[in-house]
Amino acid sequence: MPKLKLEDLAGVRDKARKATLLREGAARVKMTVHMGTCGIAAGARKIVEAALREVEDGDLRDVMVTTSGCAGLCSREPMATVEVVGEAPVKYVDLTETKIKAVFKEHIVEGRIAEQYALAIGSERTY
Amino acid sequence: MPHRIHLMVCAGTGCVANRSPEVRDALVAEIAKRGLQDEVQVVTTGCNGFCGAGPLMVVQPDGIFYQQISLKDVPHLVEEHFLKGRPVEKLMYVPPEARTPLPKMMDIPFFSRQRLIALRNRGLIDPEKIEEYIARDGYTALAKALSQMTPQQILEEVKTSGLRGRGGAGFPTGTKWEHVIRAEGEPKYVICNGDEGDPGAFMDRSIVESDPHSVIEGMLIGARAIGARWGVVYIRNEYPLAVQRLMIALEQAREYGLLGDDILGTGFDFDISVSRGAGAFVCGEATALVSAVEGRPGEPRARPPRLAQHGLWNKPTCLNNVETWANVPPIINNGGAWYAQIGTEKSKGTKVFSLVGKINNTGLVEVPMGITLREIIYDIGGGVPGGKKFKAVQTGGPSGGCIPNELIDLPIDFESLAEAGSMMGSGGMVIMDEDTCMVDVARYFLTFTQDESCGKCTPCREGTQLMLDILTRITEGHGTMDDLEALEEVAKVVAEASLCGLGTSAPNPVLTTMRYFRDEYLAHIQAHKCPAHVCRQLNTYRIDPAICAERGHGCGVCRRECPEKAIFGEKNQAHRVDSSLCSKCGTCVDLCHFNAVIVE
Repeated sequence: MPKLKLEDLAGVRDKARKATLLREGAARVKMTVHMGTCGIAAGARKIVEAALREVEDGDLRDVMVTTSGCAGLCSREPMATVEVVGEAPVKYVDLTETKIKAVFKEHIVEGRIAEQYALAIGSERTY
Repeated sequence: MPHRIHLMVCAGTGCVANRSPEVRDALVAEIAKRGLQDEVQVVTTGCNGFCGAGPLMVVQPDGIFYQQISLKDVPHLVEEHFLKGRPVEKLMYVPPEARTPLPKMMDIPFFSRQRLIALRNRGLIDPEKIEEYIARDGYTALAKALSQMTPQQILEEVKTSGLRGRGGAGFPTGTKWEHVIRAEGEPKYVICNGDEGDPGAFMDRSIVESDPHSVIEGMLIGARAIGARWGVVYIRNEYPLAVQRLMIALEQAREYGLLGDDILGTGFDFDISVSRGAGAFVCGEATALVSAVEGRPGEPRARPPRLAQHGLWNKPTCLNNVETWANVPPIINNGGAWYAQIGTEKSKGTKVFSLVGKINNTGLVEVPMGITLREIIYDIGGGVPGGKKFKAVQTGGPSGGCIPNELIDLPIDFESLAEAGSMMGSGGMVIMDEDTCMVDVARYFLTFTQDESCGKCTPCREGTQLMLDILTRITEGHGTMDDLEALEEVAKVVAEASLCGLGTSAPNPVLTTMRYFRDEYLAHIQAHKCPAHVCRQLNTYRIDPAICAERGHGCGVCRRECPEKAIFGEKNQAHRVDSSLCSKCGTCVDLCHFNAVIVE
């Protein structure tokens, strides 16, 4: 490790921060991949991997990819829910790696819901 | 591929003792077995603070808090939460007297009521990786101090902040620095006092374990302000994990050019050496500490001259405590005025306290000055376990005093604690419930200070022994009213005439318990009774015949185990204690499954 100069410090910080930002829990977009037994059987693991690759490739550090259980529509798995802060959540169904790419490009980056793959906007009412 | 989950596994000393390294290794193995190693990162952090419930882990970015994780929980946890995204309820925190768990760390009052400045990075970084400290704006305060501020401006910020020494006495840090700046003589030294020795206190250990660079950066900034080239961290060797992490941190800082010559290319030179203490309590006293660093017996000397003029190797020396140093970088980054907004008029900022004793949430908390004891004990600490009544809190360790229930709404700052006869000390808080005997507590702390007294000055050496003898007599039932008067008189002499802080503060537990719990002393002396039944020599034991016969069926455990053979009885019949043979050891109370032994 070469010795740091004053002007190097910010660069080291920004690089290290990318790897630790996740711990601060602040994200602009949260993508939840549904990983019930049905989801896993339908290939949800590949969807998670594809989503994480998209985050990496696009350097999208404000996007959080997480998993949760079955969304209740087992026949349309793999499914994912995309929540942009301040907007209603959108559920995507019958996902493939190609479709995930499109969802990232259109919804997460450009801000338009990828309607061709979306099932519904909003969530069930909970008590 | 970036990780989608970070598991922040606590590896402070408390959790390590509860086998958190094994849990971490099991997590790593199970995650690999499930093929999740590229998605889930396991991070070893310093102390999380909720030490009573270890091993602990926080799952980010969701902020889910897990406690008391055992090896057998690991496979289920990995499958349910990290694969399927279903947090596991049975490992979550459940508040006392509640049924539903609180999944998120920030919903748990223990965490949400705290304000972290000295502990700003705890649980968020791996203390053995300097990059993670830098990621959280580490060393930016140093860069600012070196490139944009003059030493005078650094001093002004610290003075504006109102920061006071966190080691006990509460001396204004800026004023201390100024004395060193004005002192004649070269070179000047900075010292970090890590000789935390109060029973039940572990603030400094935790800071060094969870964020060693915060202390190093603070010392660097202090050194720049006073013009020092060398620094020393004096740390007790009984803190092996803290010493190890400090050594790693110093080495990494040197590799990065943050210690050594020409720091950050600015021409500023500074380096730190480590001096390991053998664990003498008196070495926490500044002059004794300096003596120990120089390789001489750790004994205090009379002041003045102050260390600011005649410190290490007789040169001007600036000595601050671990927590004080850790507060310096945020003050430089955010400005002294920002820090001065927090706290009370004369006590600014936050203070770290260790909560121990009869309290539900044992651990380490950082709170703004001015918070009341009630908030700390009930809101953060979760109250006294087992439905018992709160009786008193001992603040400031063996040098502090006992504050009774009547003063529970006391706002905590340096002044109010001193008025109540106690002190801030380094921040230990020992909570006591109705089962605690205050005379016995005073005796316990005197045993400690008497043992740790270095013996150099007569008032402390003889006085602590005399007080201990009197207290022991009282707890054994041989005390007289004259003893009480003598105790008070000796206490006052020791407080006034001792050479150093150890002696001047040693009588505090005695004086405060006599002030607030005089009735307990009188009960011991006049009625020969210990109201809390702690002083066993004052107890009498008898067996309730009905309970023993009906519930216990005369099981005979007490009869068989009694070392004095003082218990008689037949199977299926009530037993009895022959008090003329009884040595009052209390074994029968401890062993009886039916609570049939009555202590009076």
